[in-house]
This record gives sequence, structure tokens and C-alpha cells, in this order.
Amino acid sequence: MIEVKHLTKKYGNHEAVSDLSFTIEDGQVYGFLGPNGAGKSTTMNIMTGCLAATDGQVTIDGYDIFEDSAKAKALIGYLPEQPPLYMDSTPAEYLDFVARAKGIPAKELKAEVERVMEQTQITEMRDRLIKHLSKGYKQRVGIAQALLGNPKLIILDEPTVGLDPRQIIEIRELIASLGKEHTVVLSSHILSEVQAVCDNIMIISHGKMVAMGTAENLEDIFAGRTTVTLTADAGAEETEAILSVLPEDCGIDVKALETEGAPKCDAVITSSAEDPDAICRQVFFAFAKAGRALLKLGVERASLEDVFIELTGDQAQEAPAEAPDVSAEAQPSETEVDK
Amino acid sequence: MSAIFRHELRSHFHGITAYLFMAFILAFIGIYTSLYCFKAYVTNFEYALGAGCFIFFICIPILTMKAIAEERKQKTDQLLYSLPLSMTKVVLGKYLAMVVIFTIPMLIVSLYPLIIKNYGGVWLPEAYGTLLCFWLMGCAFIAVGMFMSSVTENQAIAAGFCFLVLIINYFLGTFANYVNTSARSSFYAVCVCIVLLAIVWWIVTKNELLAAIVGVVLMAANVGLFKFKSSLFEGFFPTLLEKLSLYERFYVTVDGVLDLTAFVFFITIGGVFLYLTVQSLEKRRYS
Repeated sequence: MIEVKHLTKKYGNHEAVSDLSFTIEDGQVYGFLGPNGAGKSTTMNIMTGCLAATDGQVTIDGYDIFEDSAKAKALIGYLPEQPPLYMDSTPAEYLDFVARAKGIPAKELKAEVERVMEQTQITEMRDRLIKHLSKGYKQRVGIAQALLGNPKLIILDEPTVGLDPRQIIEIRELIASLGKEHTVVLSSHILSEVQAVCDNIMIISHGKMVAMGTAENLEDIFAGRTTVTLTADAGAEETEAILSVLPEDCGIDVKALETEGAPKCDAVITSSAEDPDAICRQVFFAFAKAGRALLKLGVERASLEDVFIELTGDQAQEAPAEAPDVSAEAQPSETEVDK
Repeated sequence: MSAIFRHELRSHFHGITAYLFMAFILAFIGIYTSLYCFKAYVTNFEYALGAGCFIFFICIPILTMKAIAEERKQKTDQLLYSLPLSMTKVVLGKYLAMVVIFTIPMLIVSLYPLIIKNYGGVWLPEAYGTLLCFWLMGCAFIAVGMFMSSVTENQAIAAGFCFLVLIINYFLGTFANYVNTSARSSFYAVCVCIVLLAIVWWIVTKNELLAAIVGVVLMAANVGLFKFKSSLFEGFFPTLLEKLSLYERFYVTVDGVLDLTAFVFFITIGGVFLYLTVQSLEKRRYS
């Protein structure tokens, strides 16, 4: 179990992480989600003892990462953002070194190295120089290194960054299988990845935790926001008149469509009503009463993506100077992978 | 620590630097031994070491430049930070690996006096005493070079710094002969040193107030001392330079005096720089 309390990290005057507190329970896969520069790597570096916090405390199973660092670190396997590999050695040599440095007894050393190579499927690459391996294999060697000594906690910083789509899927499968035996914490700026692999999601933006929970939980927070979209066989003004029967707190946005012949228009209704069906019924009967046909009627619930953009976007509004970065960096990368 | 030691030793021999380093030492000590002992028929093997000791400022940087700078550049230092090892163990493991690489050619060199003894009267205790002193001085320099490697992530800069420090050290004794020995000039030299110290303090701690206080207090002490007992300053600065030079202490041994204070001095210098290296690595965590 990892307990993080009031963690703060300042670089000069810039606060990379500010007053972050959370608990990571055993046996689950956690995902840190946030745009680039949100403080994910900094947080992970502090959790693994690679970086000192300006303020706050991190305990791993009750051992403080700085006071009892040897005991705490023995419980963690960490893969930093850039896998820390010695390019001039082979995976077998490298893993042998890390295993010794982790204090694995000489008797079990060989078996342990074999085990992690088997688990990460790098056995056939064992005698090639690491600098000659592909990026996907380098990443696997990095993960193998984290798995040595069978630590309770595996912390992976952006484990799929820079990999091709097939490698991404393979690494995700590997992470999912690790999740069965270990507590896994991974970070990513790619939403679909976190959604696919993690039981629990923590959204971080500008060094602050903006939301935490399961994917469904986070969607539920925004479930109140129902969006109803429709296309009607009526002009914009007429549609607005028809829709005026809806409760006042509904946001209505009507856009006329450019069509030949009879006028048509699109409308988007946002409502905080509990029951989206009620809005649909009202819309349906209002149009029926006016004698106009509904060509399309659809309901959208807030997706995790909306939650992510909304949450990190809110932060962006608070800090306008960095706003363009947040949206510009967070969004294209998602679509990139979704393809 | 043994894991780091094994790994470092292996990686030194993976590359060319360890071989280059050893070849360099053997070649130069070999040249001076043949010049002094075989060509000029001098039976004092220590003279060859005394003449060849300049090789340190060329070959120590080659050995030490990679030590920590490369880890930092390749970001493998992250691994070292995340392993359940203290930085002291990491630094000691790396240091011992380099000391071993330095010791291998020294063991070969240690056969030379025995060979020379076949042809003349070599006074072995003196020869081996000097060899031990030479080895200790080398170990101290390796610690200096390692510290230089820990302050930058650029190998070339690390090597440059190390070369600079070592060559200044080499000529420190010569400088000392040219420095004015009057009390006033020593006083001014100490003033300059205090200002430099305050500036370094400020750069390292980034605390202007503390640096200013340290500077002012030391300066006041200096001025006070000079006012009331200026005789203390006579010849003070040149003596200080000479005392700080590792080479000057080594030459004493070459001249036939087994000076134990030199041994203590070398070990102290080595210890201080190893400590500074550990601190430099720890500081990275807090940056």
C-alpha cells in the first residue's frame, strides 16, 4: 500500500506538484492520467525515492521512502520514463547486475533472471547488445528490470510511449497480466490506454489531483450532464419556439442546416436532469404537437474523455498562460492511438 | 556495493578506456625506467616514478570522465536512485572498480625494481615506499576525477575539469616559488581566496545572505589578524600552496624520506572527494 500525504515539489518558484494526497491499495492497477507536464513523472520519481519532495510524505507499506529507503525501495520495481539501460551490455548481463544490486541471493539469481526474461518474453534477445534492440524490446528489458525480486509494487512511467501500435497492445497485455499478481501504478497521457488497463484512474493536472475513481465512477460524476442531439424538419426559429417548452435550465443550441427545399436544423440540448429519457419524451411530443418531424434524436452520456478534457480544461482556465499546451497536447495524442 | 563494483569493472573493460589507461601508465613508466635505470645507470627506481608522475593529469581524466557523467547523460542514474542502495555504496563501488584498474598496471610496475636489482644495488624499501606513495596519490586523483565527473553530464567537460585541477596541482609547487613571500601580499591573496570562497558558497547554496555573512566574517578575521599579528602572514600563502600540492608531498618521498603525513594527506584528499561525490549525487535528488 502506498500512502502519499500532502506531497509538494517546487522547482524554483514553479510548483510541479502541489499538495497531492492519495492512497494506493494492494492488488489493483492504478493509472495516473494527465496532460504532459501535469506532474505525473515528478510524482512517480518522488514515490520511488529518485527525487526528494519539497514537502509531504510517501510511505510504502508503512516504510517512509526517505527514512527507511532501503526497505521501502525493496518493495518497488520502477521503470522510469526513459528506460535506464546500459546500452553496451546484453539483457542477461544487465538483469544480472540489477538483480545483484537488488540484493537477490546468489543461489536464486539465475532462476530469477530467467523468470523475468520469460515473463517479458525477451529470452531470445538475452545475448544481443541492448543498443541493438528495438524500442519495444528495450521497454521490455526495462519492465523486466522492474520485475526482478518480485516486488509488491510495480511503477511504470509512460510504459507505452514511443511504441508502435502492436507493441503497445503487447505491453498493455503484459501490464494486465502483471496486475493479477502485483499492484501496478502506471502513468499515461493517453486516455484510452488508462481506460483499457486500469481499475482506478487518477486525473492529475497542474500538479493537483482533479479526480480519482474507477472509470465508471468518473463518468458518473458527469452523468448528470446529458446531451441530447436532434435533427428536425423545421427552421431554426421554429425549432427554438418548439423547444421553449423544455425546463429553463436546459441549454439549447440550434444551428440551421444549409439544405435545398424545406428548412432543417440541428439542435443540441444540454441538461442536468437525472433522467435523460424525460427530456427525449418532452422533445418528441413537442415536435409532434407542432406537426414537425424529428429526423434524428440521440442521447449522449459524458464519456471519460469528456471528463478528462473538462477537468484538465478547467485547470487550464485557471492558469490561462498554459492553457493552449494542455488542450493541444492532450487531444491529438489520444486520437493518434485511437486510430 | 559488489554488484556496482562488478558491473563497473565489466563496463570499463567493455570499452577501450581501461585498456588505454593501463597502456598509458605502463608505457610512460616503462620509458622513464629505461631512461633512468638502464640508459643512465641510476639505481634509484623512484626517480623514474618521480619523473613520470605527470602522466596522472593525462590518464586520470580518461579513466574517470565517464564514471558518473555518462550515467547522468544516459539517464541510468535513475536506476541507481531507485535501487535499494545508498549513494555511498554506489560511489564506493564505482571508485573501487577504478582503483582496481589503476592497480593492475601498478602491480606490473612493482616487478621493475626486482628486475633492476639483478643489475645493480636497488634499495628496495625506498623503491616500494615510493611506489606505494605513487599508488596512493593516484587513488586520491581518481577520487578528484570522479567528483569532477559528478558535477556535469558531459564527459568532455568532466575530463577538462579534472585535467585542469590536476595540472594546476602539478605546477602549484612551481607557482609557490614565484609568489611574493611578504606579509602584505599573502594578506591580499587570502582576501582574494575569501571572496572566491564566498562566491562559490553563494553558487552552491543559492543563499546570498549566508554567503555574504561568511565572506564578511572571514574577511574581518583576516583583516583583524593582519592588523594585530602581521608576522603570521609572512610567507603564509606560498607555504599554503605548497602544502596543498599533492605532487610536492610525493617528491619528498622520491627524495628518500618516507613521509607518513603524505600518506595521510592522500587518503584524506581521497576521502574528502568521495564524500563530495556522494553529496553531489544526493544533491541531484533535491534539485
